Amino acid sequence: MAITVSKTIDRIRFSLFSPEMVRKLSAVKITVPDTYNDDSYPIDGGLVDPRMGVIDPGLKCKTCGGKLRSCPGHFAHIELVRPVIHPEFAKVIYLVLKSTCNHCHRLHVMSEKQRAELVAQFEKEVEAAPAAPLAKSVAEEGAAAAAVAAVQAADRAAERSTKKVKRPTSCPRCKHKLPEVKLLKPTTFYKDKDTMLPTEVREWLAAVPDEDIRALGLDPTYSRPEWMVLTCLLVPPVSVRPSITLETGDRSEDDLTHKLVDIMRINQRLEANINAGAPQLIIEDLWELVQYHITTYFNNETANIPAARHRSGRPLKTLSQRLKGKEGRFRYNLSGKRVNFSARTVISPDPRISIDEVGVPMAIAEEMTVPVAVTSWNLEYVKQFITSDNYPRAEYVLRPDGKRVRVTETTRQEVLDTLSVGSIVERQLMDGDTVLFNRQPSLHRISIMCHSVRVLPGRTLRLNPIVCAPYNADFDGDEMNLHAIQAEEARVEAEMLMKVHDQIISPRHGHAIIKPQEDYVSGAFFLTRSETEFDKAEACNLLAIIGVTKLPSPDRKDKWSGKLLFSALLPSELTVNTKSKFTRKTADGADHPDNTIIIKNGVLVSGALDNRAMDEILERVIQLKGTDAGRTFLDRSGRLSLAAITRQGFSVSLANYSLPPEALKLIDSLQDKMRREIESVITQFKNKTLVRLPGRSLSETLEDRIMSITSRTRDESGSVVEKFMGTDNTSIIMARIGARGSILNAIQMASMVGQQAVRSKRPSRGYRNRVLPHFPRKDKSAAARGFVFSSFRHGLSATEFFLHSTGGRESLVNTAIRTARSGYMQRRLINALQDMVVTSDLSVRDSRQAIVEFIYGGDGADPMKANYKEEAPDSSGPRDELDV
Amino acid sequence: MMKISPIKVAVGEAVGIVAAQSIGEPGTQMTMRTFHYAGVAEQVPTGLPRLIELVDVRKEPKKPLMDIYLKGAAKDDEKKAQAIAADIESITLGRLGEVVEDFTQKKIVIELDPDEMSHLRVEMDEVRKKVKASLGTDVETDGNTLRVKPKVNSLRMLRRLTNRAKSLPIRGVERIRRCVVLKGKDGFFIRTAGSNISGIMKAEGVDSTRVYTNDIKEVEKMLGIEAARNALVHELKQVLDTQGLNVDIRHIMLLADAMTMNGQIKSIGRHGLSGQKAGVLARAAFEETVKHLVNAAIQAEEDRLIGVTENIIVGQTVPLGTGLVKLKMKI
Repeated sequence: MAITVSKTIDRIRFSLFSPEMVRKLSAVKITVPDTYNDDSYPIDGGLVDPRMGVIDPGLKCKTCGGKLRSCPGHFAHIELVRPVIHPEFAKVIYLVLKSTCNHCHRLHVMSEKQRAELVAQFEKEVEAAPAAPLAKSVAEEGAAAAAVAAVQAADRAAERSTKKVKRPTSCPRCKHKLPEVKLLKPTTFYKDKDTMLPTEVREWLAAVPDEDIRALGLDPTYSRPEWMVLTCLLVPPVSVRPSITLETGDRSEDDLTHKLVDIMRINQRLEANINAGAPQLIIEDLWELVQYHITTYFNNETANIPAARHRSGRPLKTLSQRLKGKEGRFRYNLSGKRVNFSARTVISPDPRISIDEVGVPMAIAEEMTVPVAVTSWNLEYVKQFITSDNYPRAEYVLRPDGKRVRVTETTRQEVLDTLSVGSIVERQLMDGDTVLFNRQPSLHRISIMCHSVRVLPGRTLRLNPIVCAPYNADFDGDEMNLHAIQAEEARVEAEMLMKVHDQIISPRHGHAIIKPQEDYVSGAFFLTRSETEFDKAEACNLLAIIGVTKLPSPDRKDKWSGKLLFSALLPSELTVNTKSKFTRKTADGADHPDNTIIIKNGVLVSGALDNRAMDEILERVIQLKGTDAGRTFLDRSGRLSLAAITRQGFSVSLANYSLPPEALKLIDSLQDKMRREIESVITQFKNKTLVRLPGRSLSETLEDRIMSITSRTRDESGSVVEKFMGTDNTSIIMARIGARGSILNAIQMASMVGQQAVRSKRPSRGYRNRVLPHFPRKDKSAAARGFVFSSFRHGLSATEFFLHSTGGRESLVNTAIRTARSGYMQRRLINALQDMVVTSDLSVRDSRQAIVEFIYGGDGADPMKANYKEEAPDSSGPRDELDV
Repeated sequence: MMKISPIKVAVGEAVGIVAAQSIGEPGTQMTMRTFHYAGVAEQVPTGLPRLIELVDVRKEPKKPLMDIYLKGAAKDDEKKAQAIAADIESITLGRLGEVVEDFTQKKIVIELDPDEMSHLRVEMDEVRKKVKASLGTDVETDGNTLRVKPKVNSLRMLRRLTNRAKSLPIRGVERIRRCVVLKGKDGFFIRTAGSNISGIMKAEGVDSTRVYTNDIKEVEKMLGIEAARNALVHELKQVLDTQGLNVDIRHIMLLADAMTMNGQIKSIGRHGLSGQKAGVLARAAFEETVKHLVNAAIQAEEDRLIGVTENIIVGQTVPLGTGLVKLKMKI
């Protein structure tokens, strides 16, 4: 792979083709409205004429001699017997027609003097368009900004020339009466109620002088308006509309080819009729038909005309449809491109590999290749791959002369002999190779990160569960993509910018996003709480797991506390003081010492760690020692936490949610109290003695009151649950240390599920004056309006179950709608902001080099690092400096 | 000023994309529910719908709200605050009673509800004056009924006038539909449904320096683009905060700055920032592909490939990050 200095595209100009240009571009004039003859050979002058290039392998292009891959295809043209309006430009044609005189063909919307002034001003504006100040230093950008400014100036001038001008009844120049021009969409023009034939339109347009065209905002050098009335239709090469051969051997043509055949056929019939001197009526009918086919050829979704259909009834996909939308050329093929050297399969967890590794199955490693440049230093090393028959093997060798040789049994010796410095060897993927790993939807940049390969047995891609968070991955069948990097520059860039450990801190808020979660938090908690201690053998085992070979002296007679072992992970500079979310009392009612977390000079002195403490330790480690240390901390603390939790065992069971009879009695009494309270407000409501809340109607007030009673009742039952489940209940522990779940989950399982809501209100629709036929009409009591008294453990009654699923369905529907809506919003956000970049003076600029912010974020700080200092910028930003 | 070097942002950092992702990514975690402010409007959008509303810059938010702080003693006196609130709240003729047309006599009959009148503390005379001033000179009073003979010819005009009469403002600030007095950190304040900055600022007893509205467009119109930018930052932050989402203020500021950079507030969709981008290809790749290509052709537009999308389309490096570095050397 020689380094090629390829040309870069500097600019792209958009313009219209003149008929002359179309003829010049054309390799062949289409004369036959057909594709293949009976021997299935392309017809000369037909729509698949071989002079337009080839689509069958083996054949040679009759124009350039190239083969399938080397011939880019050549355009052809159709001479239209009568001109036809280009449907997409009908509006522009209309603009020109109604602003010019049909007699002198000059702009009539203003006087000669005004026009002269306008043109002069326009030219002045184009010349004097100021370059952006920064762009002066970089010549290219300067020119770019000037061009942009020129276009804007032109826009402004064009706007001025057409808007707010009253249409005169006669031409101010030649005094002729002006006709009223009308456009009947899509392509029919009327002049004072008479239809204008495209010939007439074209002649009119052709007569309008360049300077008037310019004043209308068009650029006559590149786009004369008469070119918008087609006399000569450009036909795309066959490679743009390849025909496919079905299994039966039949050919099936592309939609565009079908449409072109239609155009040709009617065009020929029109010609024959004209030559035969057919009546004008028939000619105009056929002409109209050509117009229809050309309109649908360009856009088959044109308003007011029926779409052209395939024999099966499916609307044809013509030019506009090919470009438009999510599956169109732009978004499907240009903004996003297919790549090679990628793999995709199901993921599964492997807590033993490092967070910046990815486990790659052998089957994938054997299939994917990585290029290795041959140098004098690695010649022998590389030769091993060529010699080898087994796994790390070379697949291809790219010789300096550009030839690509596959390494096989037969070519091996020759390849070895000719291998020289400057060759590139493509070898199979190996441990330590740099790859990119991605899970869709790629909502933020940490959805694609750089991992290093670890080839493993098995058939799934493996990742450390700690990195699930940024990918939002789980292992219920998720698949992920792997990309093998193919260039040194790309590899270095990925390793320096995209490595997992450089993404531990999220750019969104400057806090850790890759952090211990779930069992890692539980593990750290159990490891570090005071009760945990190990004998010598266990301590040695645990320390070995995190790679510590020196056993510290025991801190509890002949035992080692979990805190001591955990301290082996901490850098000696680390000092943390915080409180645990999980608080306990000692037997004598005092605060448990584990409630306060103290790390002093890298030693965990006191405290059982919860998720917040783990996050803080991680963030501080990164601040003190860098991201590499952060990764090591995650790897080692993860292993240690899992070892600790595995040693003691950790689970939840039905028994976790069984409350003693006295607790159930308490909950029953709470529910009774709730029923009574609701009863009393309903009575007040009926007596109209209920006090209206400000701005609410009486019935709204009732609902508000009941809702607050029900939610209070559930919360009150929460304290019962917490009291009776105690601090040894694994479910409660997990919720309190932030490992998984919440107290609410425990409440719903143990005591009651609580009020169900539809559209944030108690369910009220269903049958007449009641939700379900099981309730009396107009019953506003808790049960009749979706309060679930049962717990999940006890099981729901039939009506409770029904109303619970009503609420459940709403949240499912909401989730579906939300993903769609937020996806679109994000697409728009990205599109609006994607060009914003920090420049060397720390200002933020867009692609025009226009300043968006004078200093990024008002203080020039990177949000990813900003939390290193506990100062947030003033949200009024740089505005202060503008005060005069 | 530049003492922040260790945490300085890297030159070339694609801060726009990072900001967009930081605000967009948590979108999936937001709720769709509406929030119910005590007593004011029915339901105020929060979460995702409100966020979308903000970046779309709707002409008027779905539920415009204002927070009005009070001057002097009313701050600590609920009664006085209530009185101010009653003065502010817009009362239309339709709210005071029934307005019907009398086709036989071509009159508008206004039957006032005395209960509602006393509840809202509106005097008969006040109503009479307003009606006279705007509907016609000929007003008969008969107990609680007013009969107006407007100068109209057709019955259709009468019907139209009657409908208009229902929304005739009698008292208060226009567009302020409801007022509630709430207790805040420093005393009582008034929260209203409906927004009208200029009207409220002129109202008696209102601290005109602290009037707040959630209608960004109105802030732009009344107080200028800087105020609109700050209001946008504040509202965006509010939405994310109430959802419990932590997003760095810099991302929000960048979005607000981008939306207001031209001195005029612009939405982020195809009618705003994205639709006015420099590159033809960038616009075509976003939305309305054919329209942009057609316009580019007739204006002979040139795409200078200065943006991200354009360069991706032609397969070149993008002008961001490491792609920004230009090295000129002879090869």
